[in-house]
Amino acid sequence: MNCTKCKTKAVIGLPRHNAAFCKGCFNGFVHDQVARAIKSEKMFGKDDRLLVAVSGGKDSLALWDILLKLGYKADALYVNLGIGAYSEQSLAKVTKFAQAAAASHGATLHLHKVEQEAGAGIKELAQLIHRPTCSTCGTIKRYQFNRVAIEEHYDVMATGHNLDDEAARLLGNVLHWQEEYLDKQGPSLPASVEGFAKKVKPLYRLSERELAAYAVLNRIDYIVEECPMAKGSKMLQYKEVLNRLETESPGTKQTFYWGFLEKQSKKQPTATTMTEKDRAVLHPCTSCNQPTTAEVCSYCKMMARAKTAIPR
Amino acid sequence: MSRAGMRAYDPPMLVQLSHPARTIEVKGPKKVKELLRELNLVVEAHLVIKGDDLVTEDEMLYDGDHIEIRPVISGG
Repeated sequence: MNCTKCKTKAVIGLPRHNAAFCKGCFNGFVHDQVARAIKSEKMFGKDDRLLVAVSGGKDSLALWDILLKLGYKADALYVNLGIGAYSEQSLAKVTKFAQAAAASHGATLHLHKVEQEAGAGIKELAQLIHRPTCSTCGTIKRYQFNRVAIEEHYDVMATGHNLDDEAARLLGNVLHWQEEYLDKQGPSLPASVEGFAKKVKPLYRLSERELAAYAVLNRIDYIVEECPMAKGSKMLQYKEVLNRLETESPGTKQTFYWGFLEKQSKKQPTATTMTEKDRAVLHPCTSCNQPTTAEVCSYCKMMARAKTAIPR
Repeated sequence: MSRAGMRAYDPPMLVQLSHPARTIEVKGPKKVKELLRELNLVVEAHLVIKGDDLVTEDEMLYDGDHIEIRPVISGG
């Protein structure tokens, strides 16, 4: 198989684009896709300060790498969840990348340790407050990323969600007709109210396989092991089904998710609608000031329950 | 002499798999896509790595090769 662009030996075939690329042309393709996502969704500009949410996995480290190489000012935040050896290994990968690659671009890595604030790691915390681990993790990560973005005056928060993540989430929402979640499935969410950072997903045009290939080809050392808490999750099942369809009919995932985005853009012409909706229901948490629909936000409620459950 | 002939006394191809981590022996020569099909692995969910390099589905793998089939899916 030869590279579609330069005709040298290809390292990866991309059936959904009816193309194959050598390393150099593949890197060019990945960078182009991210640049296109940033421009078409008006995510951010070269003067904006970005905060990348990094986990040690391929997507977030590839995102940090790509943004820095494209010339953006991108720092990162790692939330240490305290999942034993898994968290230790992922922290080591993030630290290694920060020192070996990001530091030369002048980028900084922020660290937050769940145990320091909550008194326990994510697994123990979820058990103590009787909530599923993944939902506890989601609440903590969303809260901490937003907190650091606001406190450190970043303009935009970027996450490594890729095409597979978004297509699987869309499938889950459609299968359960959770229409109320569909409005927030776009790759660019505005800072609708004071206290909320703008959130973007610059990798939504790239598949999980393409991002893993980017990491391998560019010697980005990432954690290959699956999070032990995510085993058997619904998201993994949806991804598996979509990948079977994709292998038989290349382009299925992008047709599904990008087609949805196109329909949404016609239905909802601007971000104004979402901002108006948010402003009508959100107000500052009485405990921490982050926006919430309740009197006290779910993070503060969780920490309050943890304080009563964990002896200090 | 063909490449397969020259490697007649080579050890078998070693294929490293994940979830759970294990290494299996496979008889070559074999195309990447045939190897994935025989192991019932979906192309879209895996990368095939030979040494430090990615290989495409039409590439031929031989006895003595060290191959890693790396899953690309994460819980996210």
